[in-house]
Amino acid sequence: MLQRSAPRSQQLSLGRRLLRDRVLLLFALPGIGLIIAFHYVPLLGNVIAFKDYQPFLGIGGSDWSGWANFAVIFNGDPAFLRALKNTLILTCLQSVFVFPAPILLALLLNSLFSERIKRIAQSILYLPHFMSWVIVVALFQQMLGGSGLLNNYLRSHDLGTLDIIGNSELFHVLLTSQIIWKDTGWATILFLAALSQIDSQLYEAASVDGASRMKQMWHVTLPGLRGIIILLFILRLGDSLTVGFEQIILQQQAVGRDVSEVLDTYVYNNGVLGGAWGVAAAVGLVKGLVGVALVLAANKVAHIFGEQGVYSR
Amino acid sequence: MTQTIVARSRAPRKIVQGVPMASWPMRVFKGLVLLVFCAVVIIPFVGVISTSVAPNKQINESGGLVLFPDSVNFGAYESLFAGGVVTQALFISIFVTVVGTLLSLTVSCLLAYALSRPGFAAGRPILLVVLFSMLFSPGIIPTYLVVKGAGLLDSIWALIVPTMVSAFNVIVLRAFFMNLPNEITESARIDGAGELKTFVHIVLPLSKAVLSVIGLFYAVAYWNAFFSALLYLNDSKLWPLQLVLRTYVINDTQLGSAELGTELLPPQASIQMAILVVSIVPILIIYPFLQRHFAKGVLTGAVKG
Repeated sequence: MLQRSAPRSQQLSLGRRLLRDRVLLLFALPGIGLIIAFHYVPLLGNVIAFKDYQPFLGIGGSDWSGWANFAVIFNGDPAFLRALKNTLILTCLQSVFVFPAPILLALLLNSLFSERIKRIAQSILYLPHFMSWVIVVALFQQMLGGSGLLNNYLRSHDLGTLDIIGNSELFHVLLTSQIIWKDTGWATILFLAALSQIDSQLYEAASVDGASRMKQMWHVTLPGLRGIIILLFILRLGDSLTVGFEQIILQQQAVGRDVSEVLDTYVYNNGVLGGAWGVAAAVGLVKGLVGVALVLAANKVAHIFGEQGVYSR
Repeated sequence: MTQTIVARSRAPRKIVQGVPMASWPMRVFKGLVLLVFCAVVIIPFVGVISTSVAPNKQINESGGLVLFPDSVNFGAYESLFAGGVVTQALFISIFVTVVGTLLSLTVSCLLAYALSRPGFAAGRPILLVVLFSMLFSPGIIPTYLVVKGAGLLDSIWALIVPTMVSAFNVIVLRAFFMNLPNEITESARIDGAGELKTFVHIVLPLSKAVLSVIGLFYAVAYWNAFFSALLYLNDSKLWPLQLVLRTYVINDTQLGSAELGTELLPPQASIQMAILVVSIVPILIIYPFLQRHFAKGVLTGAVKG
C-alpha cells in the first residue's frame, strides 16, 4: 500500500496532500493538541526561571532577573544542597537495591518447574503495582507503624516495639523497601519476556559441554538479558534525579525535611507552597536538563560498548 | 575433556524451558523465597479487609489491625456510605475515572489511528512530536502555570484534561493498528467507506483486546491520581478518594459525625480500613481482566515502541 501510493503522493504538493488527509488531520488534532498544550507549552513556561515571577503580574509582566534564580544552585544554598544530597542517596539506594531485585525475581520465576505455580505467583506479585502511593503508604503504616500489625504482635509477646514509621534514621531504607514492595513484581515482566527469548539449544549445548547451572546462568542467561538490562538502566539513569515524589510528599510530615526533602519536593514546597516561583522553576529546569543529558550520555556509552541503547544513531 | 565425560555420565535431568531442574534443597529454598515474597504482598491486604469488617470489640482489644475477624459486620461501611465526605469523594473518583477513561480512549485512538495510516501526509512530524514528549517531563511549576492559565484550578477537569493523552499508550495503540491486515481497511475503502467509517466499523471492533488493556491502564491511572488533585484542588468538596485517604488515614485526622453525615460511629480503625478497602476494591475487581491481557499490551509497546 505504502509502496504503491508513494510515487503518486510525492507528485502532489504538501498542501494538496494535507487537504486529501484532512479527516486524518482532524482525528489527530485533539490528541496532539493536548500533548502540545501540556508537554510543550509548559517548556516555554520555564522562562520564569529567568524572571522575578509574580503571579498577579503574569509571566509577561514580571521583570527579567537574569541568572539570579539560579544562585541557590551555584552558591550552594543549604536547603538546596540538602535536597540534592537526599536525592543522590536515594538514587544510589535505588540503583543498588531496587534495580536488580526484579532481575533476581525473574530468574527465580523463570526457573520454576510448575507453570501453574508460576502463574499464581505472578498474579500475586503484579498486584501492588496497581495500587496508588497513598494506598501503599497507608498499608505500610498499618503493617509497621506504632500500632501496626508487627508492633501489636511484638507487644502482645512482650518483645518491645520497633520504631520504623516516622523514624528519620530509617526513612531512606523505608522508601526503598516501599518501592521494592510495589514494583519488583511488575518489573519482572520485561525480564521474563527476554528470558523466554533465549534459545533453549544454548542451554543444551552448554550442559553437553559440561557447564554447571551457575556457569549456564553466567554464560547463557545473563548475556541473554544484557540488552534489556542496559536499556532499562539508561532509562533509569535519565530519571535518576526523580526519586518518588508522591511517595515522599505523603510521608514528609512525619519525618521532617532533613531526611525527606528531595529536588522534586524542594520545587513543590518552595514554588507552589512557598511562592518562590522563579527559584523553584530554576531548580526544576536544571534537574530536567541534567536528566536529558544523562540519558544522552548513557546512550552514547552504550553505543561505544556495541549495545543498541534506547535509540540508534 | 574430563568435564564432558562427567557431564554425560550424570543421569540426564529433566529440562524445563531449557534450564535443567534444580536439586531438591534448591527447589525447597526457591519455594520458600517465593512463598515469603507472596505473603509479604498479600498479608497487608488481608489485614485491611479483615479489620474493616471485624467486630468493634476485637479491634479495640487488638489495638489496631485484625487478621482473622471473629465475626463480620459492615457497620463501618454503613457510616461511610451515609452521604458524608467519603461518599462524595467516591462519586468524584468514579466520575473522573469513567469520564476520563472514555475521553482518553477516544482521543488516543483517533490520534493513534491517524498515525497508523500509511502515507498520511503529516504523519511523520506528528509522530515525532508524540515520541519526543516521552523524553522529558515538563516540570511541576510550568505545568501548574499552564493548568492555572487554562482556568482549570479548583475544577474537577484539572484531574482529567492534563493527563488525558499518554504518549506511551498512543504508541502502543498505533503499533496494534499498524499490525491489522491492510487488506481489510483497503477493501472497506473500495466499498466506499471514509476514514471515519473504516475506523469505527472496521478497526475498532478488531481492536477490542488492546482497547481493554489501554482503557484499564488509563482507568487505574485516573483512579489512583493523587498529586494532580493535591496540586490543583484547594476546595475539599472536590477531593477524590485518594486525597480523603491521605487526610483521614495517613495523616490520621479524626472522622467525626459531621464529616460522615451520620451519628453512627464505629471505631476509627475500622472506618479507616473501610476507606482503604473502598479505594482498593475497584482495582481488585478489574485486576483479573487486566491481567489476562497486560503482558501482551506491555510487550507490544516495549518491542515496537
